[in-house]
Amino acid sequence: MTATVTETVTEQPVSTRRTTEGRRATIVGFVLLGLTAVVLWVFALGAASDATATFNLSLPNDRFQGLTWAFNARALSLVVAVVLAALGAQRLRRSQLGWTNTVLGIGLLLFVVSFLGWAAAGSSFSLVGMLRSTVISAVVITLGALTGLMCERAGVVNIGIEGQLLTSAFVATVLSSAFGTVAGVTGAMLAGALLGAVLAWLAIKFQVDQIIAGVVINIFALGLTSFLASRVLSEAQDLNAPARVPSFRLPLLADIPVLGPMFFDHTFFVYGMLLLAFGLHFAFFRTRWGLRARAVGEHPKAADTLGIDVYRVRYRNVILGGLIAGFGGAFLALAQIARFEEDMTGGIGFIGLAALIFGRWMPLGCLAAGLVFGFSGALAQKVAILGTGIPSEFMLMLPYVATVIVVAGVVGHARAPAADGQPYIKG
Amino acid sequence: MTTTPTKPEPLPPPPAPSTLDTVTGAGTSLLRSLAMPALAFVTALIIGAFIIALSNVDLLPQLFSDPGSTLAAMGREVWTAYRALARGAVGSVYAISETLFATTPLILASLGVAIGFRAGLFNIGAQGQMLVGGMCTAWVGIYANLPGPLHVIVALLAGVVGGMVWGGIPGLLKARTGAHEVITTIMFNFIALYLVQWLLSIPLFQEAGRNNPVSEPLRPSAHLPSLFGSSYRVTIGILIAVAAVFAVRWLLFQSSLGFEFRVLGLNPEAGRYAGMSVGGLMTLALALAGGLAGIAGANQIMGLAPFKATTSLAGSVGFDAITVALLGRSHPVGVLWAALLFGALKAGGREMQGAAQIPLDLVVVLQALIVVFVAAPALVRAIYRMKGVAERPTQLTKGWGA
Repeated sequence: MTATVTETVTEQPVSTRRTTEGRRATIVGFVLLGLTAVVLWVFALGAASDATATFNLSLPNDRFQGLTWAFNARALSLVVAVVLAALGAQRLRRSQLGWTNTVLGIGLLLFVVSFLGWAAAGSSFSLVGMLRSTVISAVVITLGALTGLMCERAGVVNIGIEGQLLTSAFVATVLSSAFGTVAGVTGAMLAGALLGAVLAWLAIKFQVDQIIAGVVINIFALGLTSFLASRVLSEAQDLNAPARVPSFRLPLLADIPVLGPMFFDHTFFVYGMLLLAFGLHFAFFRTRWGLRARAVGEHPKAADTLGIDVYRVRYRNVILGGLIAGFGGAFLALAQIARFEEDMTGGIGFIGLAALIFGRWMPLGCLAAGLVFGFSGALAQKVAILGTGIPSEFMLMLPYVATVIVVAGVVGHARAPAADGQPYIKG
Repeated sequence: MTTTPTKPEPLPPPPAPSTLDTVTGAGTSLLRSLAMPALAFVTALIIGAFIIALSNVDLLPQLFSDPGSTLAAMGREVWTAYRALARGAVGSVYAISETLFATTPLILASLGVAIGFRAGLFNIGAQGQMLVGGMCTAWVGIYANLPGPLHVIVALLAGVVGGMVWGGIPGLLKARTGAHEVITTIMFNFIALYLVQWLLSIPLFQEAGRNNPVSEPLRPSAHLPSLFGSSYRVTIGILIAVAAVFAVRWLLFQSSLGFEFRVLGLNPEAGRYAGMSVGGLMTLALALAGGLAGIAGANQIMGLAPFKATTSLAGSVGFDAITVALLGRSHPVGVLWAALLFGALKAGGREMQGAAQIPLDLVVVLQALIVVFVAAPALVRAIYRMKGVAERPTQLTKGWGA
C-alpha cells in the first residue's frame, strides 16, 4: 500500500518533467527556425554580395598587432542560416532533450556572429574591444550575483543588492576623493557590509519579510545617496572627484592574443571578481564552511540539530555578501566614470540577481551568467556606435530583455536553496 | 471587474486579516493600530533631523570646536526645514490642494501594488505601467477628436489598457514559467523607459521642432477639469482616485474574484485544490494592478500642465507606491490614508526644498524609515521600551522557485 503510493508520487514529476522538456525543445526549435529566417532575409540579403566585414582581433597597445578576421558577410550569414536551420529541425524531432540549452546557446552565438557580420559589412569592427568591455560590464553583475549567492545559499533573500551597490559607490567616491583609493574601497566594502548587517538584523531578529526589507533598503539607499549628493557633493565638489583606478597589465598573460586584452589588462576589480568566483566555488563545495552554509540554506532545522548556529551563519554570510557588494559599488564609482551620479546603478543589482538564477546558485555559474549579461550590454554599446539603423533605445533594452528571458526560464528551471527566504525560528 | 459567482462565498463580513495586516501587529483597538504608524512617523522624523544636521558641511567642522552654538545652528536648520515641510503640506488652502494633487497618483498606483500584495505578488512595476499607460493616454489625447467628457473617459481607459498589458505580461510569465515578478516587473520598468524614450523620438509623438523626448500637448478636450478653479492644481483626478479606493475595497472584500485573490495570497495550494485557476488569477491580479497604475500615469499627463508626455511622467510615484501600499497594509482605506501622508510629505518636501534648501530626497528617506518601523514593530517597541505581545510577521515571499 505504502509502496504504491510512493511509486505514483515519485513517478509523476518525472513524466511531467519529460513533457516540459519536450515542449521546451519544440519551442527552442521554432525559435531557432525564426532566427534562421531573420539571418536569411535580413543579414544575408541585407548585406551587399561582395561586402567584406573585418573583425579586429587586437587592440592598439597589444604585443601582437594587426590580427584580423575578414570575411564575406553574406557568405557567413548563409552558412549560419544552414546550421541554424539544421539545429532547429533537430530540436523539433524532440530527441536528445538534455542538449536543448547547449543547442540554444550555440544558435544564439551564431546568430550574434551573423548579426555582427551584417552590422560591420563594408567596414571593420573591434571584436576584442567588445569582448574586453564584456568582461568590464560583467564585473558589477557578477559581484552582485555573488552577493546574492552568499545570502541565498544561507537562506536569506537579498533584494537590497542595488541599494548596497549605490551606497557603497557613494562612500567610495567620497572617501577616495578625500583619502585615496584604499580608503575608498575599504569604506565602500564596510558600507556594503553595514547594509547587509541591517538586512540580516531585520530579517533574522525581527523576521521582517525579506523582500520587503530588501526593497526598503533600496529605497532608503536611493533617497539617502540622492539627498547627500545634492546637499553635500554639489557644495563640496572636490569630494566628487576620486582618482580613477588604473589598469594593471599582468606580465606575459596580457600578451596572449585575444584572451590577454580580454582578461589580463584590467583594474584589480576584474582580477578580484575572477578570484572571488573561483575561490567561492571552492569554498562552497569543498570546505566545511561551505557545507555548513549550504546546510543552513537547505535545511536549517537539520543544521541546527547538528549543532550549527543557524543565525550566526546567516548573519555572517549576509555581512560577507555585503563586503562583496561594496567591492562592486567601489568598482562602479572608481573604475568606470570616477564620479558619483544619482541612481547610477540603474537596476544592475537586479540584473545580478537574475545572473544568480541563471548561474543556478553556483559561483562559477554566476561568473558565466555575468559574462553573458555583460556581453549583451557590450553588444548594445558597440552596435550603437556602428550605426545599423536600429534605434539605440532598442539596443539599450537588450540587457533587460535578456534578463526577462533568462528568468522566464528559456534556460530551464533551476532550483533555489530549499530554505531561501524562509525565516528560521528556533525551538 | 465583475465575475459570475461560480463558487460558494464564505466571505467574512469584516475584512479578513491577511498577510500584511499582521506585519504591523494591529491590535483590536483603533488606538493601538494608530499608535504604531504614529510612532514610526515620529521616529523617522527624528532620524531625518539627524541626517539634516549631520549633512551640513558648513557647520560640521565646528561641531567639536564650538559645540554649543553649532548644535543650536543645526537645531535651527532642522526647525526651519520641518516648519517648511508642515507649511507646504497643510499650511494653506493652496498647500492642501498641492497635497491632494500629489496624493492622486499615489493612491491609484498604490492600490495596484496593494492588489498584488493581497494576491501574494510583489508588483515593483508600477513605474513602467504608469509610463506605458501614460503613452496610450497620450496617443488618444493627441489624436482622437472627441467631445470633452467622452475624450477624458476614452483617454483614461487607454491608460488602463496600456497599464494592464504592461502589468499582465509579467503576470503571464509568472503563471506560465514561474519567472519571479520582482525581477520581471523591475526589468519591465527599464524596458518601458527605453520604449517611451523611443516613442517620444518618432514623429508619431514627438512635438514638432523638438530634439528632446517630449510629446505634442493633449487636445484641451482631454484635460482633466480642475476641482477648485485654475489657481489650484488639484483636479477631478482625486475624485477618481477615491472612487477607485472604494471600487478596490469592493473588489477585494465583496466580490468572489477578490476572495480568490486573497486565497491565492494566503495559500495558493488551497486555491489550486479548490479549483481556482492560479495562473489566470496571477495574470489578472497583475493586469488589474497595472491598469490602476495606468490611470495614475494618465493622470500625470491629463491633469498636469503643459499636458505633454515625457520620460519622467511617472516621477518617483511608482516606487513611492510600494511604500504607500506597505504602510497602508494593503488595505484600500489604509492606502488612502498612507497616500495622503506621503502626498503631504511630498508637497511639503517641495516647500522644504524651496524655502530651506533641503533636497526633496529627504522625503524618500523618511518614507523608507517609516515603512521599516511599521514592518518591524518590535524595533519600535524596543526603542520606546514598550511592552507588547510578540507577534510574528507573516511571510509574503515564497522564494524564487516556481
